Amino acid sequence: MDFITQPWEWYVAGPVISFIMFLLYYFGERFGLSSNLETFCSIGGAGRYVNYFKIDWRENLWNLIFIAGAIVGGFIASNYMTTTDAVNINPKTIQDLADIGIMNGGQSYLPDEIFSLDTMLTLKGFSILIIAGFLVGFGARWAGGCTSGHAIVGLSNLELASLIAVIGFFIGGLVMTWLILPLIF
Amino acid sequence: MKYIKFFLVGILFGIVMSKAEIISWYRIYEMFKFQSFHMYGIIGSAILLGMISMFLFKKKMVKTFKGEEIYVMPKKEGLSRNLLGGILFGLGWALAGACPGPMFVLLGKGVVSILVVIFGATLGAFFYGVYKDKLPH
Repeated sequence: MDFITQPWEWYVAGPVISFIMFLLYYFGERFGLSSNLETFCSIGGAGRYVNYFKIDWRENLWNLIFIAGAIVGGFIASNYMTTTDAVNINPKTIQDLADIGIMNGGQSYLPDEIFSLDTMLTLKGFSILIIAGFLVGFGARWAGGCTSGHAIVGLSNLELASLIAVIGFFIGGLVMTWLILPLIF
Repeated sequence: MKYIKFFLVGILFGIVMSKAEIISWYRIYEMFKFQSFHMYGIIGSAILLGMISMFLFKKKMVKTFKGEEIYVMPKKEGLSRNLLGGILFGLGWALAGACPGPMFVLLGKGVVSILVVIFGATLGAFFYGVYKDKLPH
Protein backbone atom coordinates (compact mmCIF):
# COMPACT_ATOMS: atom_id res chain seq x y z
CA MET A 1 0.00 0.00 0.00
CA ASP A 2 2.95 2.27 0.63
CA PHE A 3 3.66 2.26 -3.09
CA ILE A 4 0.20 3.66 -3.78
CA THR A 5 0.40 6.56 -1.35
CA GLN A 6 4.11 7.43 -1.56
CA PRO A 7 5.38 9.68 -4.37
CA TRP A 8 6.63 7.66 -7.34
CA GLU A 9 10.32 7.77 -8.17
CA TRP A 10 11.62 8.74 -11.60
CA TYR A 11 12.47 5.15 -12.46
CA VAL A 12 8.81 4.25 -12.03
CA ALA A 13 7.36 7.28 -13.81
CA GLY A 14 9.66 7.28 -16.86
CA PRO A 15 8.90 3.66 -17.84
CA VAL A 16 5.16 4.15 -17.21
CA ILE A 17 5.12 7.20 -19.52
CA SER A 18 7.03 5.26 -22.15
CA PHE A 19 4.51 2.42 -21.82
CA ILE A 20 1.65 4.90 -22.33
CA MET A 21 3.31 6.10 -25.53
CA PHE A 22 3.72 2.49 -26.66
CA LEU A 23 0.04 1.75 -25.98
CA LEU A 24 -1.18 4.78 -27.92
CA TYR A 25 0.77 3.66 -31.01
CA TYR A 26 -0.36 0.08 -30.47
CA PHE A 27 -3.93 1.39 -30.51
CA GLY A 28 -3.19 3.00 -33.88
CA GLU A 29 -2.86 6.60 -32.70
CA ARG A 30 0.05 8.72 -31.41
CA PHE A 31 1.38 10.47 -28.30
CA GLY A 32 0.96 14.25 -28.53
CA LEU A 33 -0.93 16.46 -26.13
CA SER A 34 -0.68 19.96 -27.57
CA SER A 35 -2.66 19.14 -30.73
CA ASN A 36 -5.73 19.03 -28.48
CA LEU A 37 -5.48 22.81 -28.24
CA GLU A 38 -6.05 23.04 -31.99
CA THR A 39 -8.94 20.62 -31.72
CA PHE A 40 -10.52 22.96 -29.15
CA CYS A 41 -10.22 25.80 -31.67
CA SER A 42 -11.86 23.67 -34.37
CA ILE A 43 -14.72 22.65 -32.08
CA GLY A 44 -15.15 26.30 -31.09
CA GLY A 45 -15.72 27.21 -34.73
CA ALA A 46 -12.32 28.70 -35.57
CA GLY A 47 -12.54 27.01 -38.98
CA ARG A 48 -15.04 29.69 -40.03
CA TYR A 49 -12.31 32.32 -39.77
CA VAL A 50 -9.10 30.42 -40.44
CA ASN A 51 -8.75 27.54 -42.90
CA TYR A 52 -6.05 25.99 -40.71
CA PHE A 53 -8.74 24.94 -38.23
CA LYS A 54 -11.06 23.45 -40.86
CA ILE A 55 -10.50 19.87 -39.82
CA ASP A 56 -12.85 17.10 -38.91
CA TRP A 57 -12.23 17.22 -35.17
CA ARG A 58 -13.91 13.83 -34.71
CA GLU A 59 -10.68 12.29 -35.99
CA ASN A 60 -9.03 13.63 -32.84
CA LEU A 61 -11.81 12.56 -30.53
CA TRP A 62 -9.62 9.74 -29.12
CA ASN A 63 -7.16 12.37 -27.86
CA LEU A 64 -9.92 14.38 -26.16
CA ILE A 65 -11.06 11.15 -24.49
CA PHE A 66 -7.44 10.61 -23.43
CA ILE A 67 -7.26 14.01 -21.71
CA ALA A 68 -10.68 13.39 -20.15
CA GLY A 69 -9.06 10.30 -18.67
CA ALA A 70 -6.08 12.40 -17.54
CA ILE A 71 -8.46 14.71 -15.66
CA VAL A 72 -10.07 11.72 -13.94
CA GLY A 73 -6.61 10.27 -13.21
CA GLY A 74 -5.58 13.54 -11.59
CA PHE A 75 -8.74 13.46 -9.47
CA ILE A 76 -8.18 9.85 -8.39
CA ALA A 77 -4.50 10.35 -7.58
CA SER A 78 -4.98 13.48 -5.51
CA ASN A 79 -8.08 12.25 -3.64
CA TYR A 80 -7.40 8.56 -3.08
CA MET A 81 -3.70 7.93 -3.59
CA THR A 82 -1.98 10.78 -1.79
CA THR A 83 -1.51 11.34 1.92
CA THR A 84 0.42 14.60 1.73
CA ASP A 85 0.39 17.44 -0.74
CA ALA A 86 4.02 18.33 -0.02
CA VAL A 87 6.63 17.98 -2.75
CA ASN A 88 10.07 16.90 -1.63
CA ILE A 89 12.13 19.42 -3.56
CA ASN A 90 15.77 20.30 -2.93
CA PRO A 91 16.23 22.54 0.18
CA LYS A 92 18.43 24.77 -1.99
CA THR A 93 15.47 25.23 -4.37
CA ILE A 94 13.26 26.27 -1.44
CA GLN A 95 15.86 28.85 -0.43
CA ASP A 96 16.18 30.15 -4.01
CA LEU A 97 12.39 30.46 -4.22
CA ALA A 98 12.24 32.43 -0.97
CA ASP A 99 14.92 34.75 -2.35
CA ILE A 100 12.74 35.61 -5.37
CA GLY A 101 9.60 36.03 -3.26
CA ILE A 102 7.91 32.62 -3.52
CA MET A 103 7.35 31.38 0.01
CA ASN A 104 6.52 27.91 1.39
CA GLY A 105 8.27 26.20 -1.52
CA GLY A 106 7.30 22.54 -1.84
CA GLN A 107 4.67 22.57 0.89
CA SER A 108 2.03 21.94 -1.76
CA TYR A 109 2.07 21.11 -5.47
CA LEU A 110 1.70 24.71 -6.61
CA PRO A 111 2.79 28.13 -5.30
CA ASP A 112 -0.05 30.34 -4.04
CA GLU A 113 1.82 33.30 -5.53
CA ILE A 114 0.71 32.06 -8.99
CA PHE A 115 -2.22 29.68 -8.56
CA SER A 116 -4.33 30.70 -5.56
CA LEU A 117 -7.81 32.03 -6.29
CA ASP A 118 -6.90 35.34 -4.65
CA THR A 119 -3.94 35.71 -7.00
CA MET A 120 -6.02 34.70 -10.01
CA LEU A 121 -8.49 37.49 -9.24
CA THR A 122 -5.84 40.21 -9.42
CA LEU A 123 -4.88 41.81 -12.73
CA LYS A 124 -1.25 40.77 -12.34
CA GLY A 125 -2.10 37.23 -11.30
CA PHE A 126 -4.60 36.73 -14.10
CA SER A 127 -2.13 38.16 -16.63
CA ILE A 128 0.63 35.78 -15.54
CA LEU A 129 -1.66 32.77 -15.93
CA ILE A 130 -2.99 33.76 -19.32
CA ILE A 131 0.42 34.83 -20.72
CA ALA A 132 1.99 31.58 -19.50
CA GLY A 133 -0.76 29.59 -21.20
CA PHE A 134 -0.55 31.67 -24.37
CA LEU A 135 3.21 31.07 -24.68
CA VAL A 136 2.74 27.33 -24.17
CA GLY A 137 -0.04 27.09 -26.76
CA PHE A 138 1.47 29.39 -29.38
CA GLY A 139 4.98 27.96 -28.96
CA ALA A 140 3.88 24.33 -29.00
CA ARG A 141 1.91 24.72 -32.21
CA TRP A 142 4.64 26.75 -33.90
CA ALA A 143 7.19 24.08 -32.98
CA GLY A 144 4.68 21.37 -33.88
CA GLY A 145 4.81 19.62 -30.54
CA CYS A 146 5.39 19.85 -26.80
CA THR A 147 7.05 17.70 -24.17
CA SER A 148 5.20 14.58 -25.30
CA GLY A 149 5.42 14.92 -29.09
CA HIS A 150 8.88 16.47 -29.35
CA ALA A 151 10.83 15.55 -26.21
CA ILE A 152 9.60 12.00 -25.74
CA VAL A 153 8.40 10.76 -29.15
CA GLY A 154 10.71 12.87 -31.33
CA LEU A 155 13.87 12.21 -29.36
CA SER A 156 13.01 8.48 -29.07
CA ASN A 157 12.72 8.53 -32.86
CA LEU A 158 16.11 10.33 -33.15
CA GLU A 159 14.73 13.34 -35.01
CA LEU A 160 16.86 16.43 -35.49
CA ALA A 161 13.75 18.66 -35.54
CA SER A 162 12.88 17.49 -32.04
CA LEU A 163 16.41 17.99 -30.76
CA ILE A 164 16.26 21.60 -31.98
CA ALA A 165 12.83 22.05 -30.39
CA VAL A 166 13.98 20.63 -27.04
CA ILE A 167 17.04 22.91 -27.10
CA GLY A 168 14.52 25.73 -27.64
CA PHE A 169 12.41 24.51 -24.70
CA PHE A 170 15.50 24.76 -22.51
CA ILE A 171 16.61 28.15 -23.77
CA GLY A 172 13.13 29.51 -23.02
CA GLY A 173 12.84 27.67 -19.70
CA LEU A 174 16.25 28.82 -18.47
CA VAL A 175 15.62 32.44 -19.46
CA MET A 176 12.29 32.39 -17.63
CA THR A 177 13.60 30.64 -14.52
CA TRP A 178 16.90 32.48 -14.11
CA LEU A 179 16.18 35.93 -15.57
CA ILE A 180 12.45 36.69 -15.70
CA LEU A 181 10.92 34.94 -12.65
CA PRO A 182 13.14 36.91 -10.21
CA LEU A 183 11.69 40.13 -11.64
CA ILE A 184 8.02 39.10 -11.39
CA PHE A 185 7.47 38.42 -7.68
CA MET B 1 -16.67 1.31 -26.98
CA LYS B 2 -13.54 1.77 -29.08
CA TYR B 3 -12.74 4.90 -27.06
CA ILE B 4 -12.72 3.26 -23.65
CA LYS B 5 -9.09 2.18 -24.01
CA PHE B 6 -8.02 5.79 -24.56
CA PHE B 7 -9.94 6.83 -21.47
CA LEU B 8 -8.21 4.16 -19.38
CA VAL B 9 -4.74 5.02 -20.70
CA GLY B 10 -5.56 8.66 -19.97
CA ILE B 11 -6.40 7.76 -16.36
CA LEU B 12 -3.02 6.03 -16.04
CA PHE B 13 -1.39 9.14 -17.52
CA GLY B 14 -3.14 11.39 -15.01
CA ILE B 15 -2.13 9.16 -12.12
CA VAL B 16 1.54 8.93 -13.08
CA MET B 17 1.74 12.70 -13.73
CA SER B 18 0.32 13.31 -10.25
CA LYS B 19 2.13 10.60 -8.30
CA ALA B 20 5.55 11.47 -9.74
CA GLU B 21 4.85 15.17 -9.00
CA ILE B 22 5.35 16.08 -12.67
CA ILE B 23 2.31 18.36 -12.35
CA SER B 24 4.06 20.31 -9.60
CA TRP B 25 5.22 23.79 -10.59
CA TYR B 26 8.10 23.30 -8.13
CA ARG B 27 9.44 20.25 -9.98
CA ILE B 28 9.70 22.25 -13.22
CA TYR B 29 11.41 25.15 -11.45
CA GLU B 30 13.83 22.73 -9.76
CA MET B 31 14.57 21.11 -13.14
CA PHE B 32 15.44 24.43 -14.78
CA LYS B 33 17.60 25.24 -11.74
CA PHE B 34 19.46 21.92 -12.24
CA GLN B 35 18.86 21.14 -8.58
CA SER B 36 17.33 17.70 -8.95
CA PHE B 37 17.69 14.64 -11.15
CA HIS B 38 13.98 13.79 -10.80
CA MET B 39 12.60 15.31 -14.04
CA TYR B 40 15.71 14.42 -16.05
CA GLY B 41 15.42 10.83 -14.87
CA ILE B 42 11.77 10.68 -15.88
CA ILE B 43 12.18 12.21 -19.33
CA GLY B 44 15.50 10.44 -19.96
CA SER B 45 14.25 6.96 -19.04
CA ALA B 46 11.05 7.51 -21.03
CA ILE B 47 13.16 8.39 -24.09
CA LEU B 48 15.59 5.47 -23.67
CA LEU B 49 12.74 2.98 -23.40
CA GLY B 50 10.93 4.84 -26.17
CA MET B 51 13.86 4.12 -28.47
CA ILE B 52 13.19 0.42 -27.98
CA SER B 53 9.51 0.96 -28.88
CA MET B 54 10.52 2.87 -32.01
CA PHE B 55 12.94 0.11 -32.99
CA LEU B 56 10.19 -2.52 -32.60
CA PHE B 57 7.79 -0.39 -34.68
CA LYS B 58 10.34 0.19 -37.46
CA LYS B 59 11.36 -3.46 -37.65
CA LYS B 60 7.62 -4.30 -37.80
CA MET B 61 8.07 -6.56 -34.78
CA VAL B 62 5.15 -4.77 -33.16
CA LYS B 63 2.03 -3.83 -35.09
CA THR B 64 -1.20 -2.21 -33.97
CA PHE B 65 -3.80 -4.41 -32.30
CA LYS B 66 -5.50 -4.54 -35.70
CA GLY B 67 -2.32 -5.86 -37.30
CA GLU B 68 -1.44 -2.66 -39.16
CA GLU B 69 2.12 -1.39 -39.41
CA ILE B 70 2.99 1.42 -37.03
CA TYR B 71 4.38 4.50 -38.71
CA VAL B 72 5.61 7.34 -36.52
CA MET B 73 5.10 10.55 -38.47
CA PRO B 74 8.35 12.58 -38.37
CA LYS B 75 8.13 16.11 -36.98
CA LYS B 76 8.32 18.95 -39.50
CA GLU B 77 11.87 20.09 -40.19
CA GLY B 78 12.84 23.74 -39.98
CA LEU B 79 15.21 25.66 -37.74
CA SER B 80 12.96 28.70 -37.20
CA ARG B 81 9.78 26.88 -36.30
CA ASN B 82 11.45 24.41 -33.96
CA LEU B 83 13.86 26.80 -32.28
CA LEU B 84 11.64 29.91 -32.01
CA GLY B 85 8.48 27.95 -31.27
CA GLY B 86 10.47 25.90 -28.78
CA ILE B 87 11.78 29.00 -27.01
CA LEU B 88 8.28 30.46 -26.62
CA PHE B 89 7.04 27.12 -25.35
CA GLY B 90 9.91 26.94 -22.85
CA LEU B 91 9.17 30.43 -21.53
CA GLY B 92 5.57 29.41 -20.93
CA TRP B 93 6.47 25.99 -19.52
CA ALA B 94 8.74 27.51 -16.86
CA LEU B 95 6.20 30.22 -15.98
CA ALA B 96 3.11 27.99 -15.82
CA GLY B 97 5.08 25.01 -14.52
CA ALA B 98 2.85 22.89 -16.70
CA CYS B 99 2.79 21.74 -20.30
CA PRO B 100 -0.33 20.70 -22.25
CA GLY B 101 -0.70 17.31 -20.49
CA PRO B 102 -0.28 18.29 -16.83
CA MET B 103 -2.65 21.25 -17.32
CA PHE B 104 -5.55 18.83 -17.54
CA VAL B 105 -4.31 16.64 -14.73
CA LEU B 106 -4.22 19.75 -12.51
CA LEU B 107 -7.81 20.44 -13.49
CA GLY B 108 -8.68 16.98 -12.12
CA LYS B 109 -6.80 17.87 -8.95
CA GLY B 110 -9.28 20.73 -8.56
CA VAL B 111 -7.01 23.68 -9.38
CA VAL B 112 -9.48 26.26 -10.65
CA SER B 113 -6.89 28.80 -11.80
CA ILE B 114 -5.43 26.33 -14.29
CA LEU B 115 -8.54 26.99 -16.39
CA VAL B 116 -7.06 30.42 -17.16
CA VAL B 117 -3.83 28.75 -18.32
CA ILE B 118 -5.78 26.28 -20.49
CA PHE B 119 -7.80 29.16 -21.96
CA GLY B 120 -4.56 31.05 -22.65
CA ALA B 121 -3.03 27.98 -24.30
CA THR B 122 -6.07 27.56 -26.55
CA LEU B 123 -5.90 31.25 -27.41
CA GLY B 124 -2.20 30.80 -28.22
CA ALA B 125 -2.96 27.89 -30.54
CA PHE B 126 -5.67 30.00 -32.21
CA PHE B 127 -3.32 32.96 -32.76
CA TYR B 128 -0.71 30.62 -34.20
CA GLY B 129 -3.32 29.46 -36.72
CA VAL B 130 -4.18 33.06 -37.59
CA TYR B 131 -0.59 34.29 -38.03
CA LYS B 132 0.93 31.03 -39.26
CA ASP B 133 1.64 32.28 -42.79
CA LYS B 134 3.45 35.38 -41.53
CA LEU B 135 5.82 33.41 -39.29
CA PRO B 136 9.15 31.87 -40.34
CA HIS B 137 9.15 28.08 -40.37
